[in-house]
Amino acid sequence: MSNELIPSNSQNPIENPGLPAHVHRQTDEDPKAEKRAERQVASLFLLSALSTVLFIYTYIWIPDDIFTFIPILGDMNLHQLLLGLGMSGAFLFIGIGAIAWARQLMPDTEVIAERHELRSKDEDRKDFVETVKAQGATAGIGRRPLIKRTLGAALGLVGLAPIVLLRDLGPLPKKELEKTSWKAGTRLVTDPGDRPIKASDLEVGAVVQTLPELPEGTERSLNDIAKDPVLLIRLRPSEFNLDAERLSWTHEGIIAFSKICSHMGCAVALYEQQTHHLLCPCHQSTFDVTRAAKVIFGPAARPLPQLAITVDAEGYLIAKQPFTEPVGPSFWERNTK
Amino acid sequence: MISRFRRARFASPVLLLLALISVGSTFSALSARAENTAQPTPAARSAQIDEGRQLFLKGCSSCHGLNAEGSDIAPSLIGVGAASVDFQVGTGRMPMADMSVQAMRKTPKYNAEQTAALAAYVASLAPGPAIPEESQLNYERDGNVAEGGELFRTNCAMCHNFAAQGGALTQGKYAPTLMGVEAKHIYEAMVTGPQSMPVFSDKTITPAEKLSIIKWIKSAEQEPAQGGISLGRVGPVTEGLFGWIVGLGVLVGIAVWLASKAR
Repeated sequence: MSNELIPSNSQNPIENPGLPAHVHRQTDEDPKAEKRAERQVASLFLLSALSTVLFIYTYIWIPDDIFTFIPILGDMNLHQLLLGLGMSGAFLFIGIGAIAWARQLMPDTEVIAERHELRSKDEDRKDFVETVKAQGATAGIGRRPLIKRTLGAALGLVGLAPIVLLRDLGPLPKKELEKTSWKAGTRLVTDPGDRPIKASDLEVGAVVQTLPELPEGTERSLNDIAKDPVLLIRLRPSEFNLDAERLSWTHEGIIAFSKICSHMGCAVALYEQQTHHLLCPCHQSTFDVTRAAKVIFGPAARPLPQLAITVDAEGYLIAKQPFTEPVGPSFWERNTK
Repeated sequence: MISRFRRARFASPVLLLLALISVGSTFSALSARAENTAQPTPAARSAQIDEGRQLFLKGCSSCHGLNAEGSDIAPSLIGVGAASVDFQVGTGRMPMADMSVQAMRKTPKYNAEQTAALAAYVASLAPGPAIPEESQLNYERDGNVAEGGELFRTNCAMCHNFAAQGGALTQGKYAPTLMGVEAKHIYEAMVTGPQSMPVFSDKTITPAEKLSIIKWIKSAEQEPAQGGISLGRVGPVTEGLFGWIVGLGVLVGIAVWLASKAR
């Protein structure tokens, strides 16, 4: 490799050292080492075969309720352990064997491949164009416009197919995201259990996970369960720091918030009874229950929506009105207040 | 603890009564806990309340006030009930070792008798949740583990972790692990809402449902780790750490070996 780019004159203090001398491997020079390497590779492949046998044996004959003590790892299921060891050994030893083979035994000659230009030679390019034109003329595309056009239409339609599939991203939720099952007069029921709740059922400091009561003979849909959960909390009424409207949404110290975090929609239900903080387990957004779930820490941008509650004639807690804002995280069409 | 009360005026009648109670309960061949809940005679009860009051004045009143009315640093104990005292004192959380954000579980400072006396005293101040009887805690018989799991995931898992291993709250507070906690103490915690924990009322989570939750926790305790080391059963944090450090470490090692030249 001559190095013509760098002028080699006496002013250049660094001589081009050229390539280092090729050092042969032990396996190239010593037949014994070569034999040893061969045996190594063979035994690695053999280990893989044994691992596969272990895997199959374990799968069929080792029961899955035996526990065995492994140092550091502790007690573990023998069936699972051997299945894992068998499967990983089967793949791993093939890989290690192949690499060991390539490193130690496959030819170790160094070959220099010079770089060349990526652009084809002009005459090759000309040849190509001529060939395409000649073949095109032979096939008679120009002569048969019907075939040309139908082929074009077919290819175009094939391209349309994946675009049509994008419809699966829809249909658009329309107003569904802004609605929940809560209506004026909907009873709050325990989740799970579906029992209506009386105000007197809650001591100060109590929380209840609730859902709206279902009309007879209907099933809860997963979408409803994702939007409807409400957390009931009872405080001492004197602890509230609410404006008159929000205070009128509480009942004898019982306050209700949507359980769906206004950040990413996790279930906000870590209630600290002494500080009245409500904490989201996903990103640690913290809401102050006494101040209408005002965000006091974390990434949430809005307070949790408060559900106005009161009691019905029988003394059970009911919603006074639907949620006044969409519950849960932001979405594109949300009318941010 | 005992020696401090030896010289008190009421020591001998109280000791006599305690001896009678303990002899009686030994015959009844119940567990050590049962003597707390056995129905004592009115005289024995008032003696127990007296003893509790003395213990309270010595050990608790500096924070909770001479009449358990509370202070700037400790809540009022009027109306918290015997269950609350049994939980806080029986798990060693009270008395607190220092004024940290949260009282930790530690070796109880009071024995079963003294705890019962303290509980009787606090219960005498105002009605509150009682210590559950042994017969109310037969979760093996009365609990339903599947229902318990559902209730646990809705009501408990967000703080105590999906495998009941405990988890962090805000500002150094935390929900403790539920592994190895006595059924009675779990029950009392749900009824009384100790410290940061809210109350789970009997009307919204019925006593039977509470037993189901306990049964589920106990079954989670027995659950063997199929894969050996469980990494604390806290999910992606430790598992991710292990994967990134050990898993990627091994891959880096293999890459180095692949690229090295054989000798």
